[in-house]
Amino acid sequence: MSALLEIDDLRIEATSYPPGEKPRDVTIVDGVSLRLERGRVMGLIGESGAGKSTIGLSAMAYGRGGVRITGGAVRLNGTDILSGGARGLRRLRGKAVTYVAQSAAAAFNPARRLMEQVIETTLAQGIPRSEAEARAVTLFARLGLPDPDTIGSRYPHQVSGGQLQRVMTAMALCPGPELVIFDEPTTALDVTTQIEVLAAIKEAIRDTGVAALYITHDLAVVAQVADDIMVLRHGKMVECGATAQIIGAPREDYTRALVSVRQVTHPEKSAAADPLLRIEAVTARYRGLALDVLKDITLDLAPGRTLAVVGESGSGKSTLARVITGLLPPAAGSVRFDGRDLSPALSGRSKNDLRELQMIYQMADTAMNPRQTVATIIGRPLEFYFGLRGAERDRRVAELLDEIELGKGFSDRYPAELSGGQKQRVCIARALAARPRLIICDEVTSALDPLVADGILRLLQRLQQEEGVAYLFITHDIATVRAIADEIAVMHRGRVVRQGPKAQVLSPPFDDYTELLLASVPEMREGWLEEVIATRKAATPEGTRA
Amino acid sequence: MSRIPLSALIGLVITAAFFGAALLAPWIAPYGMAEVAGGVWDPSSPEHWLGTDSIGRDLLSRMIWGGRITIFVALAATLVAFATGVFLGFLAAVSGGWVDQALSRLVDLLMSIPALIMALVILSVMPVTLPVLIAVMGLIEATRVFRLSRAVAADIEVMDYVEAARLRGEGMVWVIFREILPNALSPLVAEAGLRFIFMVLFISTLSFLGLGVQPPLADWGGIVRENKDGIVYGVPAALFPAVAVAALAISVNLVADWILTRTSSLKGGRG
Repeated sequence: MSALLEIDDLRIEATSYPPGEKPRDVTIVDGVSLRLERGRVMGLIGESGAGKSTIGLSAMAYGRGGVRITGGAVRLNGTDILSGGARGLRRLRGKAVTYVAQSAAAAFNPARRLMEQVIETTLAQGIPRSEAEARAVTLFARLGLPDPDTIGSRYPHQVSGGQLQRVMTAMALCPGPELVIFDEPTTALDVTTQIEVLAAIKEAIRDTGVAALYITHDLAVVAQVADDIMVLRHGKMVECGATAQIIGAPREDYTRALVSVRQVTHPEKSAAADPLLRIEAVTARYRGLALDVLKDITLDLAPGRTLAVVGESGSGKSTLARVITGLLPPAAGSVRFDGRDLSPALSGRSKNDLRELQMIYQMADTAMNPRQTVATIIGRPLEFYFGLRGAERDRRVAELLDEIELGKGFSDRYPAELSGGQKQRVCIARALAARPRLIICDEVTSALDPLVADGILRLLQRLQQEEGVAYLFITHDIATVRAIADEIAVMHRGRVVRQGPKAQVLSPPFDDYTELLLASVPEMREGWLEEVIATRKAATPEGTRA
Repeated sequence: MSRIPLSALIGLVITAAFFGAALLAPWIAPYGMAEVAGGVWDPSSPEHWLGTDSIGRDLLSRMIWGGRITIFVALAATLVAFATGVFLGFLAAVSGGWVDQALSRLVDLLMSIPALIMALVILSVMPVTLPVLIAVMGLIEATRVFRLSRAVAADIEVMDYVEAARLRGEGMVWVIFREILPNALSPLVAEAGLRFIFMVLFISTLSFLGLGVQPPLADWGGIVRENKDGIVYGVPAALFPAVAVAALAISVNLVADWILTRTSSLKGGRG
């Protein structure tokens, strides 16, 4: 019997339009082959740009945004789907093969009820509405959604992000497909939510016996759901094998690097006597909202140390950064910096206050003006704070570029001509140019691939040793915290639930939330997910899981 | 800028021809603007390619001189509209609060009055000279530009790099001219093309109604007005300026469309 899905020597190209050059064809996927048996799950893993989503979509003969399949064959149940024509594809898509997208919030039509959208493709096959709805309700229950009978009558904004992702999985399973493509289904979720969605997806795959392609960049996640893993890089296959072999005994160097990322370690330094930054009893709210986003926050940060603020989205950690920088004056409490009170509003701060407190953003893409060259971006703080001009300024820009390991050849480039990691490095150089004493790092590595993120963390650590700058490191990623922090503050719903030196915060006894948070971080071994779920079921009585 | 589509190329050539004729009017016009060179409404002949007008002036020369004035007034008014509209729009977006409220409500108020009626009322009490005409047209049209630039700037204003500039302590001038303007330029340039066409139509309408360019100066709308009675006798003199207005509008539109698609394409956007 032939495999369910066979991809042979697939070649995918697209036309790229580099600024100022002639358009040229680039190869996105080059000579990738894979076989997927019925009821099996294959994980496709790689950095951004590795071609993993493109390969996934090719299983339904779809090329996103001008992408063309130029060679090879894709066979489903032995039939070549690339030569099937539009009519053949219509029969295939939404019936034999379905798709779960990364951002459920963006994939649902906000104006229609969930049930309508979940059964849409099922109805299109001529199955009666009552039967389709019954199927959907069964799937809702199987995916652990609350009120499976009535949740379908809600609108997308009335359920949480994790629930929406499960509804989308129900949508994909409803027509009874043979193959489901999961494209980073949990990447946009918090770790505590991710684990539930992951467990639901895994159970649903097992119960329905459907085959799946699971696309992600997180090896620890894919290790929980996949039977086999294919590692991709630059559109080529690096290694393919059983999950246990890939994580236990990787053959290729690149896979080994992926398995062992987060090699950055940071011995904890004890706090010095006088704090550089002291946040005292800060309460903050946004205008027009009756809700306190931050409640009575008190934190200290010593010079040259790193304080990691950890929490899931909505916990108020970015709001804390806005309060410290003066973008959001607090409703109560004060921010003291180097022994002096900082004005609550940005307009009341002196140039020196502004200089000593710099910020690095999550999305380096939007943090740099696309119409300015790297030299302007880094040179402006030099001009603005120190009055450096001309050759003196250029010399300092070159120095800074050396410090961030890029070199002065980069000074004439525009942000669009840099890679993600290089962009973040330029943002670091811009912050550094001001010779700050504190840099607020707001999720600076979460938009980057793991190996690139490691490089950034290493750079930040080196700079801390050389310049003695303190970091306030905002993140949701526990692994990053382990790598870089001296002190940790865990935030949950606007409060600091736990704080102290790293070793103390990360060792028992834990409070409930920190325990949940730590236990939710995927570990790179098979069977971890089942263990966690089993522990939780044992700890909480049936039906009361948060 | 690799390949120019055919439609845009046609637009560019015709637009360039109009602008060229306007610039070179003193050298290429066969007769003077107000020179009586033949009989009333002579048909076309080797001496007068388009014939003569209602009082015997050479129509081709009138067209060339008229085009010069039409294009000059429309261009100047567009510049006035953009200089005020863009600056105030950006200011409103960047300042927010009561500055934004005051400016936006004032613009709403002005926009609630039909542009043509407002222009007619203002021009009927003011001396109708070219500077007044340009200022009135420019300021009325500036309300439209204000709305667009405020919307564009509001999109850019929430970007992290603008926040980074504020955190650095940059003033309003830097934020408006160095952070926002360069990134807003492509949609604004495309809009300028469209606004220029509206200005051509606007000045032609005003002149046709007698409140635009005053004799002895001529513009296309004025030429239509002078020769409109000829249509009853089968004299096509009034049609030439009408065709010229349409041709200029369409050709500039083709160019503006091309700029718009080029700058709003997925990749080329603000990169």
